[in-house]
Amino acid sequence: MMRRMTRLVDHQTIWPWLLLLPLAVYLLVFFAVPLIEVLKMSVTEPKPGLGNYQKVFTGALYGKVFLNTFGTATLVTVCCLIVGYPLAYLMSNTTPRRAMMILLLITMSFWTSFLVRTYAWMVLLGNNGPIIWLIEMIGIADPPGLLFTRFSSTLAMVHILAPYMIMNIYSVMKKIDPVLIRSAESMGARGGSLFRHIYLPLTAPGIANGAVLVFVICLGFYVTPVLLGSPREQMVAGLIGNQIEQFLAFGLGSAMAVVLLVITLIVLGIYHSRFGLDKLWG
Amino acid sequence: MSSYLQLSGINKTYGNFTALENVDLEVEKGEFVTFLGPSGSGKTTTLMLIAGFATPTRGTIDIEGASLAGLDPQDRNIGIVFQNYALFPHKTAAENVYFPLQMRDVKRLEGMRRADEMLDLVGLAGFSHRYPKELSGGQQQRVALARALVFEPDLLLLDEPLGALDKNLREQMQIEIKRIQKKLGVTTIFVTHDQTEAMSMSDRICVFSNGKIEQLGKPLDIYHRPKTKFVADFIGESNLIPARITDAANCKAQSNVLGDVTYGTQSGTELRDGQEVSLVIRPEHLKLSSKRLADRMSAGIEIETIVNYGDNALVIGTSESQQIRVRVPGADVVILNEGDKCFISWTQDDVFVVTD
Repeated sequence: MMRRMTRLVDHQTIWPWLLLLPLAVYLLVFFAVPLIEVLKMSVTEPKPGLGNYQKVFTGALYGKVFLNTFGTATLVTVCCLIVGYPLAYLMSNTTPRRAMMILLLITMSFWTSFLVRTYAWMVLLGNNGPIIWLIEMIGIADPPGLLFTRFSSTLAMVHILAPYMIMNIYSVMKKIDPVLIRSAESMGARGGSLFRHIYLPLTAPGIANGAVLVFVICLGFYVTPVLLGSPREQMVAGLIGNQIEQFLAFGLGSAMAVVLLVITLIVLGIYHSRFGLDKLWG
Repeated sequence: MSSYLQLSGINKTYGNFTALENVDLEVEKGEFVTFLGPSGSGKTTTLMLIAGFATPTRGTIDIEGASLAGLDPQDRNIGIVFQNYALFPHKTAAENVYFPLQMRDVKRLEGMRRADEMLDLVGLAGFSHRYPKELSGGQQQRVALARALVFEPDLLLLDEPLGALDKNLREQMQIEIKRIQKKLGVTTIFVTHDQTEAMSMSDRICVFSNGKIEQLGKPLDIYHRPKTKFVADFIGESNLIPARITDAANCKAQSNVLGDVTYGTQSGTELRDGQEVSLVIRPEHLKLSSKRLADRMSAGIEIETIVNYGDNALVIGTSESQQIRVRVPGADVVILNEGDKCFISWTQDDVFVVTD
């Protein structure tokens, strides 16, 4: 017992915890306290009780927005996968120099503020923008508006989130032992069957990681859907913003935020039970 | 004569680098041939050419008279065990073994039954449902072997399959592989840089050096009658002693260290009088004694180091500033001391001549 006590005050044991202190304080002040505040508001504003949650779960609009959010997140995830998988494959199977170039292009876009990228899409897709101009040039008169549609917000979100998918899949593909592929070939596997039976299952962890990251980030996406999306197809984050900024309905907004948080945690929980959260960042 | 596997005039160059030069080899059906050589000697390159993962620059490879040229690895029907086993981590042992059958459109029920049978044969009954990471190195090795054999390949290629195992397991697996190979009668090429492995398993050994076949023959022939200095040095321990041929017709040579020596008959390259050669005497063929022995040729030696291995000891001494190694039985070593002056002796059959 004495030994334990002395070891506890041993500076070697305490030092790492001291190093964590600034971060702990920061998280407490700027994350835990506001989160608790949100939780509290959701059951106290405007009057105590579960009224806000009742509204969230029974109001037709809110249910629709949640469903829409899920739909959009799924669509964006699938699009990221379709775009990202071949690109990651190309990167892991080309010369190191070319892989570096592609990586640089992806990270350059990744490092650019997503607000800037969102505005860039507004310029590109706008009614006076180059894409509409191009469509008119090839002879389609009176083209449909591209901006403020599900298309524009999905496109921009895929652009912003695809790097998460690409990086995750790429890192898994890079680690595949080429001897495994040779070995499969020597046993008669080629083309489609090689991909289906060997390559795809080997890269599945990367797909799972990328998909969960993209999906979870997408669930809470605010700026891009608000600025580029259709007002009729709002996502939850935008709706929460509306409640608080326009209607000053802090309680209802908080309740929605809590529901969104719980859903996100459930998604991560399912992932954790299957793969382990520690693997999410590679 | 047409043999089962035939390599004729194989050359392989990568840019300016010649990996293989004029390799000719014939392997009989059911034979176990080992490619032995240091890394970079061309043995693995030859294996990859047979497997179809590389194409020879020149030369042909035939199995039963049919050329393999233009056939993809997928179409060669050759089983390969890779150095690190290359098991599919997402498949169970049985699924791994079933995979080549699956690629041959064998139905799952039938295929899994055959996979289980093969796992049984390699001594892994009851491990069908384990994933590779739940198996030990030796067990993974057995799965890889089962997987390479289950589809009844025309040829089995083993690329340093025992490299990752510890010594006891290696010996056990050597016996296992040999047993299974004999039972199935599959023609086998085994690549290794380990000469004891080659000695203990092979019907014939093919020694590679610098992209060429240095010598091809039965293990004991290679051991007792190496043709070149490289083979003598690479297979087993050797005392290589520089000498000059004085009378080729009567097998006489002269060396600073051993004096006038009569060597055993020499097969292979023709020797001529005055030629500079190396005399080879295996350490276990030399005898140590305190006096010259009447019926044996002998030379003086001063003992420098004695290394004990228990059942035997390696005595390292010098004679005319040439290092000489002698293997003595463990029981005999107790009477020897470092610094002793004594004699080494040998008979005519213990000495053979190799050229560079």
